[in-house]
Amino acid sequence: MIDIKIIVCIKQVPGTTEIKINPETNTLVREGIETVINPFDAYAIEEGVRLKEKLAPLLGQTGEEIETIALTMGPPQSAEVLKEAIALGIDKAVLLSDRAFAGADTWATALTLAEAIKKFDDWKLIILGKQTLDGDTGQVGPELAQKLNIPFIGYASSILDINKNRMTIKRLMEDRYETFEIRLPAAISVGKDINIPRVPSLRGKLKAKNEAIPVWDKNYLNLKSSQIGLEGSYTQVIKIFMPEHHYEVKMLEGNPDQQVDELYGKLKELNII
Amino acid sequence: MHYFLTEEQQMIVDICRQIVEERIKPQRAEMDENCIFPAEIIKEIGKSDLFRLFVPEQYGGMGTGIFEVCLATEELSRGDLSVATTYAASGLGFIPIILLGSEEQKKKYLPQLASGEKLAAFGLTEPGAGSDVGAIRTKAVKDGDFYILNGTKQWITNGGEADIYTVFTMTDPSKGARGASAFIVEKGTKGFDFGKKENKLGIRASATRELIFTDCRVPKENLIAGEGMGFIAAMRTFDQSRPAVGAQAVGVAQAALEEAINYSKVRKQFGASIASLQAIQHLLADMATQIEAARALVYHAAKVIDSGEKNVSRLSAMSKLFASDVAMKVTTDAVQIFGGYGFMKEYPVEKMMRDAKITQIYEGANQVLRNIIALDLIKRGVL
Repeated sequence: MIDIKIIVCIKQVPGTTEIKINPETNTLVREGIETVINPFDAYAIEEGVRLKEKLAPLLGQTGEEIETIALTMGPPQSAEVLKEAIALGIDKAVLLSDRAFAGADTWATALTLAEAIKKFDDWKLIILGKQTLDGDTGQVGPELAQKLNIPFIGYASSILDINKNRMTIKRLMEDRYETFEIRLPAAISVGKDINIPRVPSLRGKLKAKNEAIPVWDKNYLNLKSSQIGLEGSYTQVIKIFMPEHHYEVKMLEGNPDQQVDELYGKLKELNII
Repeated sequence: MHYFLTEEQQMIVDICRQIVEERIKPQRAEMDENCIFPAEIIKEIGKSDLFRLFVPEQYGGMGTGIFEVCLATEELSRGDLSVATTYAASGLGFIPIILLGSEEQKKKYLPQLASGEKLAAFGLTEPGAGSDVGAIRTKAVKDGDFYILNGTKQWITNGGEADIYTVFTMTDPSKGARGASAFIVEKGTKGFDFGKKENKLGIRASATRELIFTDCRVPKENLIAGEGMGFIAAMRTFDQSRPAVGAQAVGVAQAALEEAINYSKVRKQFGASIASLQAIQHLLADMATQIEAARALVYHAAKVIDSGEKNVSRLSAMSKLFASDVAMKVTTDAVQIFGGYGFMKEYPVEKMMRDAKITQIYEGANQVLRNIIALDLIKRGVL
């Protein structure tokens, strides 16, 4: 019997900064591009593993147990990032995969994740990366918390204290630190200031290699097509395009004094100085 | 290049590469300049299970062979030889326990060393005894259930940082090397102190320190394999550990070659990259060829040891001897390819050259290794 579960929601994203878009289909070119764990999700995984390492000995004194679970929604190959999470110390993983989930916006994604999380008992904390590298919205976390009717704290920078019922969290805003005490269960999102993710362990990698990742589909989650994927989405991407940049280069002539005068005049003309 | 690694062996390499890229490379220049012991990196190495490799499974290890230890050591050495030395020296400290320790000693010490929670060190060298083990002057005298240790060890890698020390002493000086005995001594034992920290040419981030024993009482249960077994313990340990020193040498040489290739492609002289000059090309070709030969010998020696072969002293010595001479040559040539820039601390190759030198000296100076190889050839013949 596991008494406390920590759920970490992660996503597989293209592992490159050179995002390419297919101009005909308006979708990301994913062929031949290596995929990785969304970088912010690596901090979520690390925080989950650290919490377990910290709490397990304390809970063990009363014979209680703690478990970390990684969850992702995506195509079958997303199991790879779940295996990476296991190599990094996560106990087990579940893949939410169904052709009907495709094209989901943040609303439909949050709903699908929420229904999956409801399948677990005794979950106390959900940890997410603050945003994904590809979608970049940062909305799934708060929407998920809303659907589960639990508190949500975004951009957590440190967990100051935690027990089975409450946690104290600090976060850095633009001009101040904020400290919250919230009751559990709750959801938080984290960024790169919360920890330094570890390197996977050899035993973790060996465990991950042999781990069978369960796949939950829409039927298992009792979801209707109208609630999920493109059909259940309130927003739809009509077009994606790369902004066109126009650069004008003008080489200044003359001696340095003349060049400085001309540059000064030009900057003034453009209201830059 | 394909080295026919198993999936698990490739995992070891991948883990080490990640540690090198993410943790070691960003810090190595500063660690070297200011002699900063890489405590956090060593913790990370421990968390990644790399100290578990050679430790038997029943004591918290993963029960791999020396070959896997060599793979890990080589990759870590590509990042920084100080880190790799610290890692390997802990192994050197606990190999005598694995090879000759009692069941109680194994149960007590190996799990915490395998997890990386504690580090080990190997205390053999003294001011007057290094290559000549028989000249050890640190004494251990039996007193009831204890041995009383007196003497000073010098240049001990991980000195002060390690928790568990394998210390070589004389219990019967009249027998020379055959009167040597090895003990496990824990940090914090009364009468066990640390002396001077050394300021070194290379591997400056690794800890090298004196161990000072003053009427230090060590329980008799900590004697490894009985009185007079110290010399055998040391020699059998070196037989197992020397290929890993060869792997250190291969790793640092490989790093220097990679730097030299990259630099030669971007450095322009006479209107073209210096990589287009045959003089540079031949240097690179020779460096790469020597590294491959050294790697092949190191891997072969490790695999022969892992096969259970008993007479491995010669091959083990050859792998360390050859690879370390290659490392010195290759790192020196890398500095040459960099020219004046190579001599400056802004680039990493001068450090690699300084670091490489120690591989020709420690765990048997290369001249002593040639003696071992020659004596074995004369005693046992070529095959």
